[in-house]
Amino acid sequence: MIKDGKKKVWDDYQKEIADDKFYYVRSCIRQTIWPGSENIYLRILKDVLGKDIYESENHTTCTGIGYHSEVVPFETIQTVVARNFSLMKEAGYENYNPSCVTSFGIYTEILETWHHFPDEKKKVINFLKQATNRDFVEPKNLAHTSDVLFKFRNEIAAKAKYKLINKETGKPLKVVDHIGCHYAKMFPNKGVGGAEYPQVLAGLVETFGGEVIDYPERRHCCGFGFRQYLVKANRGYSISASKKKFESMEPFKPDFIITNCPGCNYFMDRWQYALAEMEHKTYGENGYGIPVLTYEEVAGLVLGFDPWEMGMQMHQVDVEPLLKKIGVEYDPSKKFKGANGEDLPLPEKPNHINFSV
Amino acid sequence: MVDFGYAPLEIKIHDLDKANLTLGEWIAERDETFKHCIACGSCTATCTAGKFTAFSFREMCHSIRRGELMEAITESEKCMLCGKCILACPRNVNTRNIVKLVRKANQNFRV
Amino acid sequence: MGKEVAIIGGGVAGLEAANQLATLGYNVIIFEKKGQPGGNAAKWDRLFPNRRHTSEVVNSLKSRLNGNPSIMLSTAISSVTKSGNRFVLATKGKNFEADAILLATGFELFPAEKKEEYGYGIYENVITSAELEEMFAKHGKPVMKNGSTPSKIAFIHCVGSRDEKVNKPYCSKVCCVTAVKQAIEVKEAIPAAEVYSLYMDLRMFGPGYEDLYKEAQQIGINFIRGRLSEASELDGGRVQIKTEDTLSSRPLKMSVDMVVLMVGMSPALGTIELISGLGLKPNKDGFVAVADYHLNPIGTGVEGVFVAGACSGPSNITDSVNAARSAAIEIHKYLSK
Ligand SMILES: Cc1cc2nc3c(=O)[nH]c(=O)nc-3n(C[C@H](O)[C@H](O)[C@H](O)COP(=O)(O)OP(=O)(O)OC[C@H]3O[C@@H](n4cnc5c(N)ncnc54)[C@H](O)[C@@H]3O)c2cc1C
Ligand code: SF4
Ligand code: SF4
Ligand code: SF4
Repeated sequence: MIKDGKKKVWDDYQKEIADDKFYYVRSCIRQTIWPGSENIYLRILKDVLGKDIYESENHTTCTGIGYHSEVVPFETIQTVVARNFSLMKEAGYENYNPSCVTSFGIYTEILETWHHFPDEKKKVINFLKQATNRDFVEPKNLAHTSDVLFKFRNEIAAKAKYKLINKETGKPLKVVDHIGCHYAKMFPNKGVGGAEYPQVLAGLVETFGGEVIDYPERRHCCGFGFRQYLVKANRGYSISASKKKFESMEPFKPDFIITNCPGCNYFMDRWQYALAEMEHKTYGENGYGIPVLTYEEVAGLVLGFDPWEMGMQMHQVDVEPLLKKIGVEYDPSKKFKGANGEDLPLPEKPNHINFSV
Repeated sequence: MVDFGYAPLEIKIHDLDKANLTLGEWIAERDETFKHCIACGSCTATCTAGKFTAFSFREMCHSIRRGELMEAITESEKCMLCGKCILACPRNVNTRNIVKLVRKANQNFRV
Repeated sequence: MGKEVAIIGGGVAGLEAANQLATLGYNVIIFEKKGQPGGNAAKWDRLFPNRRHTSEVVNSLKSRLNGNPSIMLSTAISSVTKSGNRFVLATKGKNFEADAILLATGFELFPAEKKEEYGYGIYENVITSAELEEMFAKHGKPVMKNGSTPSKIAFIHCVGSRDEKVNKPYCSKVCCVTAVKQAIEVKEAIPAAEVYSLYMDLRMFGPGYEDLYKEAQQIGINFIRGRLSEASELDGGRVQIKTEDTLSSRPLKMSVDMVVLMVGMSPALGTIELISGLGLKPNKDGFVAVADYHLNPIGTGVEGVFVAGACSGPSNITDSVNAARSAAIEIHKYLSK
């Protein structure tokens, strides 16, 4: 690997990311599958970085999953997006900050469409007016939440309690970064570092002391791929795609995987369990899987947030070996306790992949 | 019927005099990039579906050009419409749209 | 006579035209922006189709550069304008005048890093065909970044050619035969090496080219009909490549020690700006447009301005030299009017 060559590509793909006053938009699926991440993001922005970040209780899903599965027509999704933009305008914000890569891709695609096909936008102005009597303006800045953490990576590192370093060996943790396809593959110049060698997560990892590993199937789909999962008959594709990635990264012995997309997080985590149960094969050390973390969790961990408060017990692949490696102080007995100390229902123990309950 | 222990063989060559080439024309009318393919295989090489089944977008297009419509139509069902191939195609063939056209044509052309 | 001809570019085309025009009695001056004459060809170790040393050809072409024709090295021409029947050539320092102009600014190698998915400049052992020539000249064989000798090498055709994604829709003509030549040379230098060629079509248009292809088959070069979709680096700097084996209709992957990208010919930088002062426009691929593709392939739209060699489109040395000779005749006709 020629480091300078990669830096050159990174320099070619730097995008504008707003500095403050964010209008935050949630993902439709993250709160169920990764319940703590969005909350941690807001806390990091408000409490750690002192930023103004606002969210409206009236915003909706972008309907991206429906759009990509062809049940939501393009006109509909454009109008839904326009409505979300109008809420931003009403709240007095200009910097749109979605937490989902699929949504980020949708917003990017629609803004590009309006740019190249102004008639399409005129149509949508009309639709929105007729349906809701609202007006909208395009955001001044559109940045994914991982872009924003990337932007403030040095500030976060300066306040960090831990580094992505193996406490025992003193060596940087080896990290696989996986970028959601819709982050930059459609519009490379809209992603930090472009599509082929994205910098957005690599930059976080390196700033926090870890080391990114390149493995042959780095660019391959995580396994979600919408159609590959949503239609049950196709799920063989989905799990095979993930398996292909695990097999390709396994020889590099990654300590964890970081992704910036809800789908990638979900599938790279859950399919490790499914593969273990189907094929009795695990890809991590000592019968564990490779932990899969969101960028918010990684930032939260190094800042010293409590892993259970961040909802990391909800992962299918156990994160405890990783917490121990980093030396995070945490209370194993609180893994399945609620916010007020009450007992949460314990998950069933899987048969072929280690998970401490 | 007398069984001589052998029989005349079926002719397996492409017979372009008899081939039904109308689907190709129908698609090209709607998306002229169908004609631009140079059979380089970049689409198949990068295809998420083709890695796990014997699906090749390039081959599907070729079947259409040889009048093997049923084969093409059946094959088209294997595409996941992810669009990755569009990024790789050196001739900017609108691959995803062509798969969708083949599926749409299914009604008109199924024999 | 004593009329003056200015030649812009001291590659094989510029040198050959200069020699012919000097023989015809004109005062010829070549402007060459680099520090030495010979152009791109001077960078190659040996030439297709017969693998003679390039220095033989280049030295022969530049052997007459003493007095007339003369050459001004390290002198880039930035613009040319016409006033009456004379031309004014601008350089950074001073201006020069001439009665006729020959554009021989050649080509630029396609910047391989633009095909980001191939990893040039990022993966240690992804090199260009031009760099392989340098290795042959220096070490007589390809050498990996860590100094060891590769035992499995893949040549990738059409990098920056026949590719609308990088706005290079045309074929660069010489890279197929160059790949075959280089593959043979690798095999000769490292007999145990496995050598692969990933091609879309093998365009063996010139005399002796098809023979070279057959020779390559005979010594065991493996030809795979498919275009590279992406490359990834493996541990230790090896490279994994992916293509469709289009003859069996199946995706194929393999790992190799070294990947050689057959970079195409792109229009020379600055030539469009250079000719714009004359009101000339490039053709759709960005090369200098010729007056008539069949009947006047060395003329331009401006009387007294001629073009030869790769600056009007991809060409091999033979074609460049031929064009240079025709240009000399046309210039002679023009100046004796
Ligand atoms: C990898 C590779 C291998 C090849 N191998 C062979 C081979 O084996 N056999 C073969 O026949 N052909 C080969 N070719 C083709 C051969 O290199 C070209 O045909 C030949 O170089 C064309 O010569 P030219 O003089 O037209 O252009 P160039 O060689 O490009 O020369 C143009 C010259 O003009 C100069 N110049 C440009 N702009 C200006 C300016 N504004 N002012 C002043 N000077 C300027 C440049 O510095 C350069 O010296 C190969 C090509 C490639 C890419
Ligand atoms: S759109 Fe279809 S053919 Fe193209 S890469 Fe995706 S699955 Fe393969
Ligand atoms: S990538 Fe494009 S040109 Fe190549 S085979 Fe596929 S459709 Fe045809
Ligand atoms: S000569 Fe061969 S390698 Fe070069 S652009 Fe043409 S087909 Fe591609």
